[in-house]
Amino acid sequence: MQSKIENRESKIIIVVAVGAFLALAWLTALPVGAQAPNIDDEVNRIAKTLYCPVCPNTPLDVCNTQACVDWRKQIKEMLQQGKSEQQIREYFVAQFGERVLGAPPAEGFNWIAYILPALGIVLGGVVAWFTVRQWLTRRQDATTAPEGAAIPKEYADRIEKELKEY
Amino acid sequence: MPRWAQFVVFVAVIGIIGFFAFGLRQRGAPALASGPAPDFTLKTFDDKSLKLSDLRGQVVVINFWASWCGPCRDEAAFLERTWRQYKDRGVVFLGIDYNDVEPNARAYLKEYNITYINGPDLGGVISPLFRIKGVPETYFIGKDGNLYGNALGPITRDSSYMTEREFVRKIDPLIAMK
Repeated sequence: MQSKIENRESKIIIVVAVGAFLALAWLTALPVGAQAPNIDDEVNRIAKTLYCPVCPNTPLDVCNTQACVDWRKQIKEMLQQGKSEQQIREYFVAQFGERVLGAPPAEGFNWIAYILPALGIVLGGVVAWFTVRQWLTRRQDATTAPEGAAIPKEYADRIEKELKEY
Repeated sequence: MPRWAQFVVFVAVIGIIGFFAFGLRQRGAPALASGPAPDFTLKTFDDKSLKLSDLRGQVVVINFWASWCGPCRDEAAFLERTWRQYKDRGVVFLGIDYNDVEPNARAYLKEYNITYINGPDLGGVISPLFRIKGVPETYFIGKDGNLYGNALGPITRDSSYMTEREFVRKIDPLIAMK
């Protein structure tokens, strides 16, 4: 009887301990999810979409030149002032031009950059379509052509003539 | 393939190749050194607007710089000193700040006590006109509005791009020009 009671108590203790552990884990995990994003992460996220002014084709977040360090610092200051990502991007374009953007805005002459790839695909498709059609037509001609069609007219006439004479 | 399709493909391919060739050529073109200087408007750090063509009749020295640029610091004191020597002789110095953040640029001007006209290359529109490759770069414009050479690196006492003595030798004849 005594051992049964002890057994039940130990089970209760284990269940309570596991419950307390899970509750603690849930409580400690919760603030992490609810936390505001780290400002340095925000800086890097925006910097990733802007390009270094000095090194060609290098995103700002991975560039270590002094110019890029200064620009990242500027982004951080603007975020601290409460500026939005859009406002920061607009500021950088106004200050340094559209070349700071990864892709040019889809307006004016820039449309060419967006149209050319599609145009290339369409043209490639047209060329491929005509080429395949030509191949298929030739193949069909070759398979449906009568056997005697390949005999030159000169021989055909001669055969005809000899058959008549015979 | 019908003739019209061949023609369309041919024209398109030539067009695409031409487009990229033009872009590469523009990118690889050397910095301006002669001919008419491209006109531009500079919004200065003290909120004034200045048009290059309005300076016709004066010798203009345009210096592209940035606060993050080490070699720019090597020539900063010399440029300011020379500007003070030449400012009453019909010479205008224009500093154009390239890809820089404004607080750093202002700190730089203060650090070297630079008093000649300075402003940022807003929107990055001025530097491509001169096809600059980096900073520092200096361009010399005569009284007639034409370019008379450039220095594509720092101007120091023993620079391989342009020495301080060569700089002075460059300006003096431009002042003497009618």
